[in-house]
Amino acid sequence: MFESFMVNAWEVSGIVAVVAGAVGFFTVLRGSAFAAHAIPNGSFAGAAGAGLVGVSTLLGLGVAAFVGALGIGLLGRRGRHDAVTALMLVMMLATGALFVSLGDQYEPEVYALLFGEVLGISDNQLVPTLVLGLVCIAAISALYRPLMLSSTLPEVGEARGIGTFAIELAFLGVLALATAMTVPVVGTLLIFSLMIGAPAAARSLTDRPGVAMALSAAIALAVVWAAIALSYETDWPVGFFVGTGSAVAFVAARLWRAGWERFARRRGAGRPGPEGLGSVA
Amino acid sequence: MSAGFFVFAPGFWDNEAVHVALAVGTAVAIVAGVVGVFTVIRGQSFAGESLADIGTTGGSAAGLVGVGPLAGFVAVDVLAAAAMELVGVQRVRGRDLATGVVLGAALGLAALFLYLGTTQGNGNGSTVTILFGSIFAISGSTIPAVVALAALAVATIAVLYRPLLLATISPEMAAARGIPVRLVGALYLLALALATALAAITIGTILSTALLIGPAATALRLTRRPLRAMLAAVALGIGAVWVGIVLAYDSYHWPPHEHGWPVSFFVVALVFLSYLASGAVDWRRERAA
Repeated sequence: MFESFMVNAWEVSGIVAVVAGAVGFFTVLRGSAFAAHAIPNGSFAGAAGAGLVGVSTLLGLGVAAFVGALGIGLLGRRGRHDAVTALMLVMMLATGALFVSLGDQYEPEVYALLFGEVLGISDNQLVPTLVLGLVCIAAISALYRPLMLSSTLPEVGEARGIGTFAIELAFLGVLALATAMTVPVVGTLLIFSLMIGAPAAARSLTDRPGVAMALSAAIALAVVWAAIALSYETDWPVGFFVGTGSAVAFVAARLWRAGWERFARRRGAGRPGPEGLGSVA
Repeated sequence: MSAGFFVFAPGFWDNEAVHVALAVGTAVAIVAGVVGVFTVIRGQSFAGESLADIGTTGGSAAGLVGVGPLAGFVAVDVLAAAAMELVGVQRVRGRDLATGVVLGAALGLAALFLYLGTTQGNGNGSTVTILFGSIFAISGSTIPAVVALAALAVATIAVLYRPLLLATISPEMAAARGIPVRLVGALYLLALALATALAAITIGTILSTALLIGPAATALRLTRRPLRAMLAAVALGIGAVWVGIVLAYDSYHWPPHEHGWPVSFFVVALVFLSYLASGAVDWRRERAA
C-alpha cells in the first residue's frame, strides 16, 4: 500500500483533502452547498475540452471552474439564484458531454473524471497541487475575517464596507481554485460530498469557527486516506468510499452531538449544549 | 439541395428511433414544464438537481440487476424523495446540507455500481449513457410506461394545484385554511421524483435538471402567472426537445466525425440560450416599470 507509486497518491490526496475541508467550512457556513456541487460539475467541461485540444487537464479544469463561478455569480445577481446555478451547471456538463463525444474519449477516462482516480495521479501533479493548495489556504486566511462577517451577519459586513457581492465572487473564486486541484483525485461528482460532509460533521462537534475549520480539514483527510486504503484493498472505486465515508462522518457527528446534548440535559447542569454558530447560520 | 434538406436530413420522418424520441421527448417536456414551475417557485432547484443525480444510482443498479433504466430511475427517485421529506426538505434551514449529504452518499454508491457494471461487463449500465442520456436508444416498448408515469405526475399537480400554490406562496395562510401543508409538499415531491426520472431517460441523469428547471425559469421571467408560466414552460420544453432532436439527427453529417453530436447537448444548449434571451425581456420590462 505504501509502494513508491502510491506515495504520490497519499501526498496529493492529503493536500486535496485539507483544502477541501477548509474551503468546505465556509461552503457550509454560507449555505452554498449548491454552488459547491455546481462548480466542480461544471469543471467537467474543462477537463473534457482539455482532452480534446490536448492541453493539460489542470488548466482546463481551472478555466472551466472560473467560468462557472463567474457565471453563477454574475447571472445570479438578477433572477433566481438557485435556478441560475442549476442552469449553469447543466449547460457546462452538456458541453462536457459534447467534448467527450467529439473527442471519442474512452469510457474509463470519462468515469475517472466524474468519480475520481487516485491511482492515476502522476509525478508532475504534485507540485501544481501543492502550489494551488497553498494559494487556496492563503486566500482563505486573507479572506477569513470579512468572509466570516459577511457569511454570518451580512448587514454588519455591508455597514463596514464589505460588499456582499464582492465577497460572494471572491468566495466562488476560491471554490473554483479548490475545485481545479481536487477534481483529478476525487472526481467532479464527489468533491462536494467532501466539501459538505466533513465541515458539517465538524460543526456538529464544536461551535468555535477556527477549531471547526481545522477539524473539518482533519475529518476530510481521514475520510480520503481511509478511502484510498480501502480502495487499494478492495479494488472498488475511491469515489464510493469518499462519498459514503463523508456521509458516515456526518451522521456519526450528529449522533455524537445528540447524545452529548441529552447527557448535558440529564445532568441538569446549567451548561448549554454547543449552540453558538449553529444558531447564527 | 433544397432548404428542406438542410433542416430535415433524409430519412428523418421515417426513422423509428426518431419517432420514439419525439414521442418520449414530448411527454417528458410536458411533465417537466408543469412540475418545474412549482420547483422554481418553491426554490427547490437543488432538490430537483439532487433527485436527478441520485437517479444515477438507480440507473446503474438497474444495469447490474438487468432491468430497464427507467424502472431504476423511478424506484430510486421516489425513495430519495421520501428520504428528503423525512429529513426535512420543507424546512429552509439546513435542508441544503441534508440534501447534500444524501446526494454525496448516493453518488458514491453510483460510482460503485457503475464500476461493478463495467467489470462484470454486461455493458447495460454504461456510464455515459446513464449520465448524459441517449434519446435515440430508447426502445419503443417503454412508451406506454413513459406516458403512464407522465399522466400520473401531471394529474397529481392538477389535483393539488390550488392548495399547492397557496402552500407555496404562503404556508401560514394555507395552514390557517386547513390545508395539510406537509402532505401537499410530500405529494409534490413525488411528482417531482417522477418528472426527474422521466427527464433522466431523455437527456441523462445529470442533465435532466435542464428540462425541469430551464423552461420553467424562463417562463417565470416572461409571465408572473403560474398557469400561463406552465403553458409557456411546456411549449419551450417541447420546442427545445424537438429542435434538439432535429439538430442531432442532422449532425450525423457534421465534423469532426460522422457519428453525430449528442442530443442532450443540443437540448440543454437551447434551454440555456432561451433562459439568457428571456433575461432581455425581463430587463426591458423592469426598465419600463
